[in-house]
Amino acid sequence: MSSDLTLILYLISAVLFIFSLRGLSHPESSRRGNIYGIAGMALAVITTLSTKIVINYFEISIAIIIGGSIGTLIALRIKMTALPQLVAAFHSLVGLAAVFVAAAAFYRPEAFGIGNFGDIHRSSLVEMSIGLFIGAVTFSGSVLAFCKLQGLVSGNPVTFKFQHALNGLLLLVILILILFFVANEIESYFWIIVIISILFGILVVIPIGGADMPVVISMLNSYSGWAACGIGFTLSNNLLIITGALVGSSGAILSYIMSKGMNRSIISVILGGFGGEQSQTQSEKDSDKTFRQGNAEDAAYILKNSESVIIVPGYGMAVAQAQHALREMCDILKREKIKVRYAIHPVAGRMPGHMNVLLAEANVSYDEVLELEEINPDFPMTEVSFVIGANDVTNPSAKSDKSSPIYGMPILDVERSGTVLFVKRSLATGYSGVDNDLFYRNNTTMLFGDAKKMCEDIVKSLDNI
Amino acid sequence: MEIFEFTNSSVFISGLTVFVLACFIGYYVVWSVTPALHSPLMSVTNAISSVIIVGALYAAGPLDNNIAKIFGLIAVVLASVNIFGGFIVTYRMLSMFKKKTKNK
Repeated sequence: MSSDLTLILYLISAVLFIFSLRGLSHPESSRRGNIYGIAGMALAVITTLSTKIVINYFEISIAIIIGGSIGTLIALRIKMTALPQLVAAFHSLVGLAAVFVAAAAFYRPEAFGIGNFGDIHRSSLVEMSIGLFIGAVTFSGSVLAFCKLQGLVSGNPVTFKFQHALNGLLLLVILILILFFVANEIESYFWIIVIISILFGILVVIPIGGADMPVVISMLNSYSGWAACGIGFTLSNNLLIITGALVGSSGAILSYIMSKGMNRSIISVILGGFGGEQSQTQSEKDSDKTFRQGNAEDAAYILKNSESVIIVPGYGMAVAQAQHALREMCDILKREKIKVRYAIHPVAGRMPGHMNVLLAEANVSYDEVLELEEINPDFPMTEVSFVIGANDVTNPSAKSDKSSPIYGMPILDVERSGTVLFVKRSLATGYSGVDNDLFYRNNTTMLFGDAKKMCEDIVKSLDNI
Repeated sequence: MEIFEFTNSSVFISGLTVFVLACFIGYYVVWSVTPALHSPLMSVTNAISSVIIVGALYAAGPLDNNIAKIFGLIAVVLASVNIFGGFIVTYRMLSMFKKKTKNK
């Protein structure tokens, strides 16, 4: 195949990727979007396989079959609640692949037309080091994010003295190493850059935890794109550059949306250390406050005698796998001609849009699921808010208490509705470590218990009324 | 004050041009994505970032035995996990996003 034709087919592939993202603007067009993505990828791979350099079909087919079967198996088995971990794990693979491609380009530059071994173009070496650095950071950062989300290591932020100084120092070391590597092209420098970048990736993610996880995943999503970009520059391949830029900007925008959803700057999220054990003293101080407690029958009675209900799900719903029981409860309410809607806070769950996927999995129609801006004006006209597994995103002190760590965060105005039913295991604080003022309001009834069990009990009680 | 002489600077500049324009396209396309589909957006971008497989294939392409070929093949395996896994999981998610008919 002529090289001009190859480049044109790559261009078509890039356009297909753009269409793929464009398709996600609406649920109805989204499935077509995914098809465009698959078509773009297939075209890119087939085009590459048809070039003159690529003739090692046997080993390549085996590699694709091995990777493809592992990927297929994982994707078919994964539970939707475990989606954040899965995405983090996949990001790490992109990072690692970038490292290996950079290594391959270093040892056989002639295959990519960037010089000969030991005599690679300076500009290509610069681009290669950058791709290598981002790839390695993506890899180790994502592995750590995976471990945090999977519960293999503590999800709490880990901070220590001189953390930022250490990170700065490492960055400086990497920069100097890259300069030396580009000047002398010494093999061992290549691998030292990899090792220090891996260490740097771990240190970047380690201080971030808890409620900031959605930002971390989005950031790593972005890095995996920039890594592809770096490799694209190294190989002078426009397809990789375009795709990497698309992915990189997508991740960056998601990080921005997530940080805004918590009223925090991206910088402060990256610096980390938010949430976890802090502010415990505050909840002890408030322990003499009174709250009203109810059971499933009370909740069923209140729900049945309302005209409209807004469900506010959070990560706790995912942990308890309560989405199906919840939808069953809502189906009964809908049969009673009660208006049921769902309100999703931008940072609910552990990754952007996580709650929407879980509700979709439980067969909730997407037009009943509304975003914060759409639903907030409706709370005062709503009889019952049913908060299940959410906490910080409903805390009214974010609006009034200037000393609160979550002050200024946009919240769902559940306290404006007639009655708040709050399903929770205990009065414990959420990820931010802040006590929720809502528990002690007159119109709040606490329903203590496991989210799934509570929904099932309410369903039983609704049937008996 | 050039630290590195870009022997093929026009190649770099054209790559940079493509890069900057692609960032703008990404910016506008991604803002049009509905927030409800942010999870599928992440998994599909994850899948397409595995287009890095193109680089891996070039490295794994020749028939000779070279350390670069091994690296290339490893990268092909890793990227394939991602491509298949990413698109399938996106497919699974998107097939759940349906408008339900009433009285179901």
